[in-house]
Amino acid sequence: MTLDIVLKAENLTKQVTSPEGPLTILRNVSFEIAAGQSVAVVGASGAGKSTLLALLAGLDAPTSGRVLLAGVDLTALDEDGRARLRAEQVGFVFQSFHLVQSLTALENVMLPLELAGRTDARRTALQTCERVGLAQRVGHYPRQLSGGEQQRVAIARAFVTQPAVLFADEPTGNLDTVTGEKVVSLLFELNANSHTTLMLVTHDRSLARRCSRILELSGGELLPEQAVA
Amino acid sequence: MIRRAVPLALRTLVREWHSGELSIVLLALTVAVAALTGVGFLVARIGAAVDLQANEVLAADLRLESPRPIAATYAEEARRRGLQVADSTGLLSVVFNGDESQLSNLRAVTPGYPLRGRVMVADVAFGAASVATDIPAPGEVWPESKLLASIGAQVGAELSIGAARFKVTRVLITRPDQGATFAELAPSILINAGDLPATELIQPGSRVSYAMLFAGSAPAVRDFSVWLTSNKTPSERLLDISESTPQIKTAIDRAGRFLSLASLVAVLLCAIAVAMAARRYVQRHLDSVALLKTLGATRAFTLTVSLLQLLLIGIVAAMIGAMIGFAAQAGLVVALKDLLKGELPPADWTPVWFGFSTSIAILAGFALPPLLQLSRTPALRVLRRDVGPPPLLIVLAFGPAVAAVVLLILWVVRDVPVFIWFTAGLGVFLGLLALAGLVLVRLTTSMRSGVGVAWRYGLANLGRRRVESVVQLTAFGCGLMVLLLLAVVRNDLLNDWRKSLPSDIPNYFFINIPSEERDEFVAFLRTQGAATSRVLPMIRARLTAINGKTVAGTPFANPRGQGFANREQNITWTRELGPDNRIVAGHWFTAAEVGQPLVSVSTEFQEALGLVIGDRLTFDVAGELFTARVSSVRKVKWDSFQPNFFLVFPPGPLDGTAGTWMTSAYFRPQSSSTLADLVRRFPSVSVFDLDDLLAQVRGVIDKAALAVQSVFLFTLLAGLVVLLAAVQASRDERRYESAILRTLGANRRTVLQGILAEFATLGVLSGLLAAVGASIAGYFLAKHVLDVPYAPEPWVWLIGIAGGGLLVSVAGWLATRSVVAHPPLVTLRGG
Repeated sequence: MTLDIVLKAENLTKQVTSPEGPLTILRNVSFEIAAGQSVAVVGASGAGKSTLLALLAGLDAPTSGRVLLAGVDLTALDEDGRARLRAEQVGFVFQSFHLVQSLTALENVMLPLELAGRTDARRTALQTCERVGLAQRVGHYPRQLSGGEQQRVAIARAFVTQPAVLFADEPTGNLDTVTGEKVVSLLFELNANSHTTLMLVTHDRSLARRCSRILELSGGELLPEQAVA
Repeated sequence: MIRRAVPLALRTLVREWHSGELSIVLLALTVAVAALTGVGFLVARIGAAVDLQANEVLAADLRLESPRPIAATYAEEARRRGLQVADSTGLLSVVFNGDESQLSNLRAVTPGYPLRGRVMVADVAFGAASVATDIPAPGEVWPESKLLASIGAQVGAELSIGAARFKVTRVLITRPDQGATFAELAPSILINAGDLPATELIQPGSRVSYAMLFAGSAPAVRDFSVWLTSNKTPSERLLDISESTPQIKTAIDRAGRFLSLASLVAVLLCAIAVAMAARRYVQRHLDSVALLKTLGATRAFTLTVSLLQLLLIGIVAAMIGAMIGFAAQAGLVVALKDLLKGELPPADWTPVWFGFSTSIAILAGFALPPLLQLSRTPALRVLRRDVGPPPLLIVLAFGPAVAAVVLLILWVVRDVPVFIWFTAGLGVFLGLLALAGLVLVRLTTSMRSGVGVAWRYGLANLGRRRVESVVQLTAFGCGLMVLLLLAVVRNDLLNDWRKSLPSDIPNYFFINIPSEERDEFVAFLRTQGAATSRVLPMIRARLTAINGKTVAGTPFANPRGQGFANREQNITWTRELGPDNRIVAGHWFTAAEVGQPLVSVSTEFQEALGLVIGDRLTFDVAGELFTARVSSVRKVKWDSFQPNFFLVFPPGPLDGTAGTWMTSAYFRPQSSSTLADLVRRFPSVSVFDLDDLLAQVRGVIDKAALAVQSVFLFTLLAGLVVLLAAVQASRDERRYESAILRTLGANRRTVLQGILAEFATLGVLSGLLAAVGASIAGYFLAKHVLDVPYAPEPWVWLIGIAGGGLLVSVAGWLATRSVVAHPPLVTLRGG
């Protein structure tokens, strides 16, 4: 069986200039991820996890190497081109939720649909809010929601466009264990139901083990991949 | 894309309102637009009134004016050419109702008057006006409402004018040729020209202005104008519409430009507030723009959302500002009612467009650059908070602001030299203020070790946000200073001037005293206990040549010189040099020079025409040419209220000319009937009550100052908006600091005291700066412009410092008190 490759990293290297001289954060990282897989990126602090996520999502450009997202070479696109591709193919869940404070829960979820020019934004967003259990809270502003509820809004916002790839950066980092567990369950459930590829950056080994693959970074390099137990 | 951006822009705009920056932008733009449009409306309305009256101000198509009776041959020629003709004779005279009297502008007109425009009359004083279809019948008068009110008369009353009595049959509301907008001071009274001889007001040499009016078809008027120009005498002045109002237009244009420039100061301060608010807006929106980009928004989309919001704010501010400007202008028109004769035409909409353009220009200049930068925020910021947008190129960061300021000033002044002077002057003025502000802030913050914790916290804040403190100090000090300065100039300098006059200064002027009545008149005044000053003869003369070179058509660099060369002057002759005259060049007439063709000129006349001792001046005196040599130049103290003249001749050469006499006197009539007796016995003598005149002058100055002050009030408001913008910009920081202070054990009171200390200091320093500036400017004006002694005024300092401290404390406290109300735990957790 040939798997559809939705995300491909080829010799990704990221260098930045620091006061002490050039600093390599990622070195020659290559891998492929098939559609529908769930992949955890783990590693110690400073291993380069967030940088890898930024490069894969086109939020930042690599010093060398390239990223293919849904077959499109991100490094060949300008900033606006990458933004358009994200609008079509990518969803995000962040550790600190990053909700727009001046918009209600429903409006936050509608936002990516509206950016993509969808006319059924409200209806689709409402359905998604219901799926994440927020039907009663759609009119609330982020500041009126608990941390868990805010992250559920963020998850709904990430899934509402049915993206090809969903990036989650420490999605439970700001939540207590019980709430974090509920949020993770929701994330995997939605991932399974909508056949989205999930790419998860986490410190949490137990969370990583729930993914179908684990990529481990150490000192900016990718360690040989091991099968998930 | 715009279709997608609009809903998001609207939604976030409404929700963001409470965060403050957008309301600051709205407030700043509103104040700026209100200041500019208020002035714009006022100037446009007065300008339109002048335009409207231009056709009517002559009451004719052509108007011939002369200080002497106009030959009937002109009228015959005009009628022969099919033109209509009417006469209007004007002179100042006292009108009596029993013992009540009022100096009035008497107009005697012939049937047909006015040939153009309308006379409006009413049945009662201040009543509803209707068009008069005729002129007063013989024996009837139509006085103005104001005149009736001042002598306590009504329609039906019998009034005395000179030797005749008249019945009031109607009330004059307006006449077309009453002088454009800024009115002649004496109220008008209209009579039938047939009644004029009975009044016996016109004596040889009386100051009378004769006018002959012509109207008809345009070609006939044009041909007749050519004929009249070549046939009239030099002292007769022919006016047509094209030259009837240029002086008024220029004056209004200048006043308008001054007011617009004054309002521009407010506009520039508001622009600073917009820039401050925009900067904070950008700081607060870095995260959401990064997020939008992460979600797939393009740079153009995020920029469009911000631009749409700004545009909306700009439009709303322009609308509210224009409404406030309109209301302010309408209020001013009511306040200036007495100064502006007649109803002003309604305002047109041009100032509104100017308001809109200003609003957009300020946004484009001061808010667009930060927004451009905001749109360049990288999406990566969602993962790494330390990543911000790259800095803008200097040209992009400051270019639009400079361009907007230059365009706005140029639009208002429309004159490159004035633009350069204004810009340079404003730059130096604000620079000096900022420098002084910086020194004050440094001095104050260095004193903080000697005060308690709250004050130390407040003063430390001033020093830490030094740039913002100096900007606030400059903006607020500037607004306060111009208001204080106006108050100083208006009250104190005027009072000082009055105080500098001796107490027995003449308070009455008498002119048109016929030669044969002179001795009797002076004797009458003496019996009434009046101390007369010198009694001087007076006749009119027109300068025709300087050193044999004719002045008609000769251009003079000095505009006043042009006036001296074109108009008739009052001249006198005397042997005595008045104590209020000082010879600065040449020498006064010696005994041997009496009877010689010599002339002594005042410094104004000499400077305006560039004369030197020995120059030969030729005059037309009652049709006779007469040449005299300049033998001296006099510096005249005009405010002595003595009879004084630009041109004084020795007795002899002009003795035979038919002149009248004038004098002034300090005179406290024992009863109001004394003055009535005087005028009845000497009907041709015109009496000027200087107390009245001074009161009227004071009224005019007060009202003009009111107009300027209202504009400067906007400057003060703009200063407050800058303060609010600065407070707004530092709100997060203040909230965080307040949280830390409270976590460390400070109670709310201490934190509030610190905030109050900071703003009170800022206000006191602004007031100090304003008082220093106003006093220096007041001193300069007193010494070098108004030439009066300068007395330092302690209240300027008191009001400046106390007022500044109070105003800024209250405004600052109101703007920041919510900071303390925010729970510290929430703040420290990042909520």
